[in-house]
Amino acid sequence: MGLPLGAALAACGTSGPTRAGGTPTGGGGGGGGATYWYLSGQPQEGIRAGAVERFNKANPGGQITGTTFQNDAYKAKIKTAIGAGQAPTLIWGWGGGTLRSYVQAGQVEDLTPWFGENAAVKDRLFPSSFGAATIDGKIYAMPCETVQPIVLFYNKKLFDKIGAEPPQSWGDIMALVPKFNAAGIAPFSLGGQSRWTNMMWLEFLFDRIAGPEVFQAVFDGQKDAWSNPAAIDALTKMQDLIKADGFIKGFSSITADSNADQALLYTGKAAMMLHGSWTYGMMAADGGDFVSGGNLGFMNFPPVEGGKGDPSNTVGNPGQYLSISSKATAEQKEIAKKFFATGVLDGEEVKGWVGTGAVPIVQGADSNFAGSKDADWLNFVYGVASKAGTFQQSWDQALSPTAAETLLDNIAKLFQLSVTPEEFATNLNAVIGK
Amino acid sequence: MSAPPRHGSLAWLAVPALLLFGAFGVVPLVGVLVLSFTSWDGLGDIHFTGLESWAAVLADPGLPHALWVTFLVMAVSWLVQTPASILLGVFLAGHQRYRAVLSVVYFVPLLLSSAAIAITYKALLDPNFGLGAGLGLEILAQDWLGEPALAFGVVIFVVSWQFIPFHSLIYQGGARQIPRSMYEAAELDGAGRIRKFFSITLPQLKYTIVTSSTLMVVGSLTFFDLIFVLTAGGPGDATRVLALDMYKRGFQANLMGPASVIAVILVLVGLALALLLRRLGGGTGSDSRLEGA
Repeated sequence: MGLPLGAALAACGTSGPTRAGGTPTGGGGGGGGATYWYLSGQPQEGIRAGAVERFNKANPGGQITGTTFQNDAYKAKIKTAIGAGQAPTLIWGWGGGTLRSYVQAGQVEDLTPWFGENAAVKDRLFPSSFGAATIDGKIYAMPCETVQPIVLFYNKKLFDKIGAEPPQSWGDIMALVPKFNAAGIAPFSLGGQSRWTNMMWLEFLFDRIAGPEVFQAVFDGQKDAWSNPAAIDALTKMQDLIKADGFIKGFSSITADSNADQALLYTGKAAMMLHGSWTYGMMAADGGDFVSGGNLGFMNFPPVEGGKGDPSNTVGNPGQYLSISSKATAEQKEIAKKFFATGVLDGEEVKGWVGTGAVPIVQGADSNFAGSKDADWLNFVYGVASKAGTFQQSWDQALSPTAAETLLDNIAKLFQLSVTPEEFATNLNAVIGK
Repeated sequence: MSAPPRHGSLAWLAVPALLLFGAFGVVPLVGVLVLSFTSWDGLGDIHFTGLESWAAVLADPGLPHALWVTFLVMAVSWLVQTPASILLGVFLAGHQRYRAVLSVVYFVPLLLSSAAIAITYKALLDPNFGLGAGLGLEILAQDWLGEPALAFGVVIFVVSWQFIPFHSLIYQGGARQIPRSMYEAAELDGAGRIRKFFSITLPQLKYTIVTSSTLMVVGSLTFFDLIFVLTAGGPGDATRVLALDMYKRGFQANLMGPASVIAVILVLVGLALALLLRRLGGGTGSDSRLEGA
């Protein structure tokens, strides 16, 4: 997922970089304290800054200096900084393939021994969040922040209007398409220009048809893994939905960054939307009484007839990740580890995330949900995340940046109907293991 | 008054410019050339891999496609911009007062950044929330940026909208250099407005056309920001020009070697085109066009 939090940032982010709190020390390895770069954009930015502030207050001897960046600016800047040996002490990221590229370049600390000594820190977090932090059996990042499964959202008013029920299977989805189109409502909203938005559909179709093994084979670098008959079946079903006008007109020119895809759902132009759980807070903020009035429905992606995948499986971001730069000084690394043990996801931060309608990756976080106006939603996300048979990390994050770019490029073409499922598979087989 | 010392002091004056050009022009160029023979993900060590990156890029069907799109953007935007700019520029070269006001108005697009222009047009052309949907005009509610042919047309339109003012300004300057006496002589011979335009204005603007075309053609090789924000190269790869292809390979796919290969190709194509245009212009460009005056 290229831009989970970025979607929020595009709407309300300040232009970075901006120094936030703490003492002014130089970037990179300079200065005595640790440095920490993270994403701007409220309400997430305030929660991140709050955790740093509380840590600094409790530890006058070892300060953390935060610097904020907008999502896209951050992605470019962090890569350049790491490449130049100027990385901050704490490197914020999405884990997976990008983390692997840092590991291969020897730029981040192996945290396996530390987690061995501090089992309590590890055990309080969702076990599923560690997959994307683990490269070749070693842990290189501390999972943090929130779990973000992909959810099928729907507009209850529009379902009432045409007298239909939310889909319980792929067949239902295909049957709903002509009904909504006949009523002049687009069945699905989609911000197709962002490409990873289209990818979420494939992630679920692959999983529901044949389980997580198909993508796992790609991830493991098996030759011609994309040509698996189940993969071809999923890609064909995808194009069937596109050909049946399942998506809103003009979807390939809509970007998720502008939140226009969400607007289509809450303004009643589209009936359903497959999107990350992070959009809930934005729809609550921007959609008037759409969310507070109980018009937003949500469910896990339904099964596909005859599919082998466990319908409890989900996809998305199992967490966000903090790594420690291997170029940091011993003192900085100590401060960072102390922050992992006492600062990250402390009680206040957990409450802060819950307040934004997000589920922190802490076991038992659901005890904070009672009384929240979003309790139904929070319990739903907590249930999906904690009961998932498999929590597949978003493909573009799991793969290397090189393979991910080819994947996204071909997904865009698949949705334009300019490549066939077979051509798609051939193009992607060429970058397996790269 | 001896020549050598004077020559020496002039050479010194060129030093700042040479230093800047060396640091920001020549050094990066050499760097890119070196990188094109390596494999580097931007993070780890740089490995020399000989011609591997070149072979990979030249065998990739994406390259001819990106070259073709770049060529189309170049050719079509030249065809749209040049006549419009010449007409506007010649018109604005007149001295009536309202023309000064108009030239200020025409100048406005030039003051906006490409990113701002792209974001604005993207919002206006949105099929669901844009101008067409807002005004209820069916004809404006096309899927402007979602259909390959339409998206290409929109890119040409927006590029022209942005750059015609600049080229008009060049032609305005060129047209004002044409001596009045030539027009007076033509009028005595009974030439009308159109005859004067084709027989005096256009030939006299020859070098201005070469200059403006060089800027347009070489500039269109590096179109990036506007297309990146407007369509991100999409839908599919319908508007993926060479510069965008380079960015995607280098900074999104972490393939600095192949991206550098494309950068080198861009430099070579740009140089070739600039030389070709000078040839087409005839002469050395420093000949006077006023000898008949």
